[in-house]
Amino acid sequence: MTESVLPVGAATGRRRGLLGMTRLERGEAIWFYALISPWLIGFIAFSIGPIISSLYLSFTRYDMANPAVWIGLANYERMFTQDPLFLQSLKVTAIWVFGGLPLRLAVALFFAVLLNQKVMGMGIFRTIFYLPSVVSGVAVALLWMWLLQPQFGILNFFLRSIGLEGPAWLSSPQWALPGFIVMSLWSTGSTMIIFLAGLQGIPAELYEACSIDGAGKVRQFFALTVPLITPVILFNLVMGIIHSFQVFTQAFVMTNGGPANATLFYVLYLYRTAFQYSQMGYASAMAWVLFVIVLALTLIVFRSSGRWVHYEGGVRGR
Amino acid sequence: MSSIPAVRLRLHPKLGAKAADYVFRAFAFSVLIFGTITMIVPFIWMLSTSLKDPSEIFLYPPRFIPSYIRWANFSEALTVLPFGNWFINTTYITVMGTLGQVLSASIVGYAFARLRAPGRDLLFVLLISTMLLPEQVTMIPVFLIFKQLDWVDTWNPLIVPAFLGGGAFNVFLCRQFFMTLPLELDDAARIDGCGTLGIFFRILLPLSKPVLAAVTVFGVVGRWNDFLHPVIYLHTQAKYVVSIGLRLFRDYDATSWHWLMAAAVVTMLPCLIVFFFAQKLFVQGIATTGIKG
Repeated sequence: MTESVLPVGAATGRRRGLLGMTRLERGEAIWFYALISPWLIGFIAFSIGPIISSLYLSFTRYDMANPAVWIGLANYERMFTQDPLFLQSLKVTAIWVFGGLPLRLAVALFFAVLLNQKVMGMGIFRTIFYLPSVVSGVAVALLWMWLLQPQFGILNFFLRSIGLEGPAWLSSPQWALPGFIVMSLWSTGSTMIIFLAGLQGIPAELYEACSIDGAGKVRQFFALTVPLITPVILFNLVMGIIHSFQVFTQAFVMTNGGPANATLFYVLYLYRTAFQYSQMGYASAMAWVLFVIVLALTLIVFRSSGRWVHYEGGVRGR
Repeated sequence: MSSIPAVRLRLHPKLGAKAADYVFRAFAFSVLIFGTITMIVPFIWMLSTSLKDPSEIFLYPPRFIPSYIRWANFSEALTVLPFGNWFINTTYITVMGTLGQVLSASIVGYAFARLRAPGRDLLFVLLISTMLLPEQVTMIPVFLIFKQLDWVDTWNPLIVPAFLGGGAFNVFLCRQFFMTLPLELDDAARIDGCGTLGIFFRILLPLSKPVLAAVTVFGVVGRWNDFLHPVIYLHTQAKYVVSIGLRLFRDYDATSWHWLMAAAVVTMLPCLIVFFFAQKLFVQGIATTGIKG
């Protein structure tokens, strides 16, 4: 290539070689691939490769002791026609996602708005509201088993003190799942903090303009805050859908799926199928159904987002 | 700053609006107090139970302040099962895993934020899309890989993947943060003879404490509390971590709440300490990266 065909603005005197790049550009590209190589290796070894092999496994019967046997769609058929436990786990998880998630998002947004006001001791408030999210896992599960204990638990004590008789929570088939939802409301801190970050991006002048126009706080919230925060709502909604489907630890520790399979969450059943019953093929098929459900919901949310998510100005340049 | 209308408003305040503002703030404050109590009571209840004599646990109405403080609950709870051993194991895994995660997420984030290369944007989309992938899809084949490598019942499956990417969300967080740092920094450093790695380690990393704090907190909290992976990979009790140890403890003795809560308090403590130290930076790290675009 001669210099005359170089685009305007290309550094003069640099020869274009491989892929039409200058030496400098090539060096940069080599550095880029060198630096991302750990991720790229992990991506191939732990994401792409396993996605393909789990799709294959989902069409087989495989118990790890014997070679995998191709059985076509039999796993998928079994799931929806011969496995009441699978349908139960789907139902439990659906209630958890469609009942619990909107509630969690609403609570998180409500408190994030309050945590964005100028009131005394805000730093302390923010820290305390985030605290429960720092301590997830088994310790929290144990703590909530104790809080939800029907006779001596603190929650039913408070309910009694306002004249309500609390349910048996985790030992009742009707109330175990609501008990899980109550627990999840306690630890919405990470969702809250992401909302808070979004709220802090709303210019104060807009609120001033809004109050000059005579809008009250409630009006401001619905007319200004909610539309401007919709991109963050979208983010939290999508991440919330993905995470809600994966609940496992609490179910495993607190109820182990019971009573009467009332808290048999999808991933708990998947775990049992794979690692206790060694049905790797069937479990892979369940994982793929989970994937398709999550993907479909995510796509529906994204598709609909054009109608309700409000982007300010143009798309930011990268 | 377009503060002129605001100033004028303050000079001639509508009394009604001002009063409404006070009422609103009082409302916000009291709801926040209520929320704070809701957030804090479970912790207090846990601490109180962990210090009670067993005879005071099943009292009704419950007593928040124990009649005497029984510290022995802690030593007893932690010696019934080898918790000391499990704490050491968990600390090792948490430190190594978090180190790997911070290191690889920041380097990969740097590459995506600062270096131009063909295919970069496509790879970034792939990276983001792995955030949408439920782990259960890859869990079984990944287990089979580790089984092939003879790594089941070792700590490798809990540590090694952290060095390979450090999690898509953390890479994303780092990239977003590096994007907010001015490019002129890189140019100036390059003129002074800094290479690609030099810019990263000497110029950008020292400016990135907030996002590093955030990734560290996520790493420590995530690994310390991780349950799914230990339960899949660790089978020998001597190799256990506290999360599965705690669960074993619950099966061992499901009604000794004074012991269970004592063990829970000790398990929560390291995460709380890390959070308190990193707190200010952490919140900044999340806020400045602006999870919007």
